[in-house]
Amino acid sequence: MVGTAYSVRDRLKGFLYMLGISFLVWLALTRSLEAQEVLVGAAICLVFSLLLNTHYIRLGLPPLTVKRAAFFAVYLVVLLWEIMKANLDVAYRVVHPRMPIKPGVVVIKTALTSDIAKMILANSITLTPGTFTLDVIGDRLLIHWINVKAESVEEATDLIGERFEKYLRVIFQ
Amino acid sequence: MTFVGTIVTAIGTVFLFLGGLGVFRFPDVYNRLQAGTKCTTLGAFLTIIGVGLMEPSWFVKCLLIACFILLTNPISSHALGRAARKSGVPLWEGSVLDKTAEFEGYQKAGE
Repeated sequence: MVGTAYSVRDRLKGFLYMLGISFLVWLALTRSLEAQEVLVGAAICLVFSLLLNTHYIRLGLPPLTVKRAAFFAVYLVVLLWEIMKANLDVAYRVVHPRMPIKPGVVVIKTALTSDIAKMILANSITLTPGTFTLDVIGDRLLIHWINVKAESVEEATDLIGERFEKYLRVIFQ
Repeated sequence: MTFVGTIVTAIGTVFLFLGGLGVFRFPDVYNRLQAGTKCTTLGAFLTIIGVGLMEPSWFVKCLLIACFILLTNPISSHALGRAARKSGVPLWEGSVLDKTAEFEGYQKAGE
């Protein structure tokens, strides 16, 4: 986009990944194998993958390996479990007559370097009730926490970021 | 299966209700965002999955919708929170800690 040239190999890879993913989504949405539907879907997916394959490269996703996929699956389970636990916690604070909240803004640190990894970490923290990411600068994340349990950067990192980060570090590095 | 779906949807609705109640009860923008966008995560999830269980032929579609919620929900709450911070909305006076100044320090050092 901004004068960056991508090699043909990278573009082809991005194109194939995008084609595969978008076609799978199409099949899941239409749930039919009629020739008409499949043809239209294939045509649309082809056009979009041709136009947008540089965007896929710019995401900077690491190459797909079995180990990464396995860790990502585990990560999703952990994320859903954390969402459920924290949802109950916030729900409890909402219904409690005295509303036991102790809100505050803390800073945490991350060892992740790539933008996409930091984005996934920040979004996971936001998805988990009780904490959400206000801003990111470099390797620091500004977090609003509904029940502050630790003040220092290190302790807050252990409590908020570490449970997701240990998986993301394996996936992205 | 319809029975299970109904139960799951009902639990989801309870969470959605609690989210709404939280928006009503919590004291400031940031805490309200916590309640408004978070209880809804699980609430919307369970409601949609419940619908999928009631109508098995929709299940895959419902899972896809849940995935899209998982992808887009944090972005909207993050954008709202960031906008509130940038436009100088103060924290609730009962807040116990505010490290914003320290964070701004990193920003200056980074420039």
